[in-house]
Amino acid sequence: MAESGEDHDIPENRFKAYWRENLTLMAVLLAIWALVSFGAGILFRDVLDQFSIGGAPLGFWFAQQGAIYVFVILIFVYSALMHRIERKYDIDDDQG
Amino acid sequence: MEIFGLEPTLFWTSLFVITTFGLYISIAIWARAASTDDFYVAGHDVPPVFNGMATAADWMSAASFLSMAGIIAFSGYDGSVYLMGWTGGYVLLALLLAPYLRKFGKFTVPDFVGDRYYSQAARIVAVICALFISFTYIAGQMRGVGIAFSNFLHVPIEAGVIIGAVIVLFYAALGGMKGITYTQVAQYCVLIFAFMVPAIFLSLQITGTPIPQLGFIGNAQDGTPLLLNLDRTLTDLGFTAYTQGVKDRIDVFAITLALMVGTAGLPHVIIRFFTVPKASDARKSAGWALVFIAILYTTAPAVAVFARANFIDTVNESVWSDEAAAGTVDRGSLGEGDTPEWFYNWRDVGLLDAEDRNGDGRIQYRADPDTNEVTRLDRDIFVLANPEIGGLPSWVIGLVVAGGLAAALSTAAGLLMVISSAVSHDLCRKVLFKGMSDTQELLTARIAAIAAVLVAIYAGINPPGFVAAVVAFAFGLAAASFFPAILLGIFWTRMNKQGAIAGMTTGLVVTAAYIVHFKIGFSSIVLGACALLAAVSLLVLHFGTREKGRLPLMLILSVIAGMAGISGLAGYLPDLAMGTAGQWFLGISPEGFGTVGMLIAFAVSVSVALVTPAPPPEIRDMVEDIRIPSTRAHVGHDAAAAE
Repeated sequence: MAESGEDHDIPENRFKAYWRENLTLMAVLLAIWALVSFGAGILFRDVLDQFSIGGAPLGFWFAQQGAIYVFVILIFVYSALMHRIERKYDIDDDQG
Repeated sequence: MEIFGLEPTLFWTSLFVITTFGLYISIAIWARAASTDDFYVAGHDVPPVFNGMATAADWMSAASFLSMAGIIAFSGYDGSVYLMGWTGGYVLLALLLAPYLRKFGKFTVPDFVGDRYYSQAARIVAVICALFISFTYIAGQMRGVGIAFSNFLHVPIEAGVIIGAVIVLFYAALGGMKGITYTQVAQYCVLIFAFMVPAIFLSLQITGTPIPQLGFIGNAQDGTPLLLNLDRTLTDLGFTAYTQGVKDRIDVFAITLALMVGTAGLPHVIIRFFTVPKASDARKSAGWALVFIAILYTTAPAVAVFARANFIDTVNESVWSDEAAAGTVDRGSLGEGDTPEWFYNWRDVGLLDAEDRNGDGRIQYRADPDTNEVTRLDRDIFVLANPEIGGLPSWVIGLVVAGGLAAALSTAAGLLMVISSAVSHDLCRKVLFKGMSDTQELLTARIAAIAAVLVAIYAGINPPGFVAAVVAFAFGLAAASFFPAILLGIFWTRMNKQGAIAGMTTGLVVTAAYIVHFKIGFSSIVLGACALLAAVSLLVLHFGTREKGRLPLMLILSVIAGMAGISGLAGYLPDLAMGTAGQWFLGISPEGFGTVGMLIAFAVSVSVALVTPAPPPEIRDMVEDIRIPSTRAHVGHDAAAAE
């Protein structure tokens, strides 16, 4: 952590490891993104519509409400986890 | 004659509109731009939450505010494409684009494309895409401003467009991105308040809960679930159930994806993320933007259900009066069971109409065109009409009008910024006149903003045919041109300029051709206009990329396209028949074709890149640099190994 305030080089293999972790995290979150919108809201909605949330069929609810709530959560989760990954590799932008 | 016969409505509307406009102008004077940094990216120091709010206002246009709930009300499940499509793109932005583009640290989207692909031609193609997308979009906004003015302030539509345009111009030219950002923060507050107040009132009236999102899944006052009630009522009247759609599943899928990807590729959205201090702030800011957007986007489907239920309740089987329609009796005396006063008021301006065709003295609202007596129903009016339908006090109507104007003006300002920076920064300084100073560039930007506003005023008063297809055009083209080029530029170091230029051009041309064919039709004039557009683009490409001693191929092509354009406008080219829905490719509508265009662009980009030389090594370093959030850490290659 000490040198994060100064200009420094990071070895190529550490950079690659950082990037791989980022891509893995992205892949997981984008899978959830697709699952709640294209999955729950469109492709599997007939199955989900057999259940209901309050007075709304579940698949319909996902398409008009649920997917949007999950989208918001996904971005904040990514923001927090990415920050942790960046600090681990000492390439965060806390000090510029 | 007074259109609404209500003096209080006019009073409240004027009061709210004048107050909010005064507020926007004061903010603009306070936040003047002094440097190009201020002008293009608000000095890179907008806090993430404020930028989130500004992005939300920038994003939510007159269409989101005024039309979306009405469209959902009358399309039920099919309306979900807009809800998911216009929010899901922010996940793509936050994860895939915004932090990296912020780290790149320049002013505009063509800046990134031009630098990453080390190519003036790529930069020019990006400028052309950005200008075309933004002009289509801004014409729609100005139209919205004009309609709001003319319906509620009894001002001619032309005057309304001009007043709105002058206000936007004032703070865009004076304050640039800095002025726009802080005005948008204020506009967000106005528009969300204006949207929520009637929504909360309606939710209380219909479901007894003040939270519309809970009302949406809750019970009507009689204790049965609201949505199931509505489904039953609609099927009884012969309509498709509200929770079922009529669109093909593949089309729903394609439209949703095209809108999501298009959102992530729209230049006026992307540039908002250049204004925050750091890469990590760009992510947070996208999160906040979506929070502020989601407040409206999760309320809109609830408003839609309330509006449809209310409409059927109050209009279907109501007692029709020809005297009230003609205005010969006082509409204020209409009572319970009569066709409501607002129905007649909107009939006066030609947006609703009914005819008692079976002569039973009542209005029947049915799906079957033979028995349906609601002969005209403009879905765009419902957000504006909701306060009247729900019998809310007249100040709420004034508030909604001010909110609609805030939504239109904030979006128009963001678009104006893209247009002015594309012309002054990307076209003039980077391509045509390379010796420009900062002061000259700033002056050019302000002149470009004025020119753009004049075009927008004209387009708002005489909307060209393509404005009706604004959603298909703007999102389809952004999805098929910018998104693949930017994404591959960040995530694939091997991506080169040949691939990018080929991909963007193919995506743009294929998508635009599909939309024009099915939405407008290639008549001789349209063909001519397209050819002229191509001629101008080729001419700019010629001047931007010419080298001595090389055959001026672009110039020759430009002359040929120009001649084709003139003969087209003169009517000498064939009028091709417009496409019909039955001929859609795989059943995908023009709105959803952006998805196909994007896949084609990806395929072309990757194939062309693989058979052409790899980009130079400094490009690899640049891409690695933008992947690291810290400005002080760099990837060590050979130097590190030698240590």
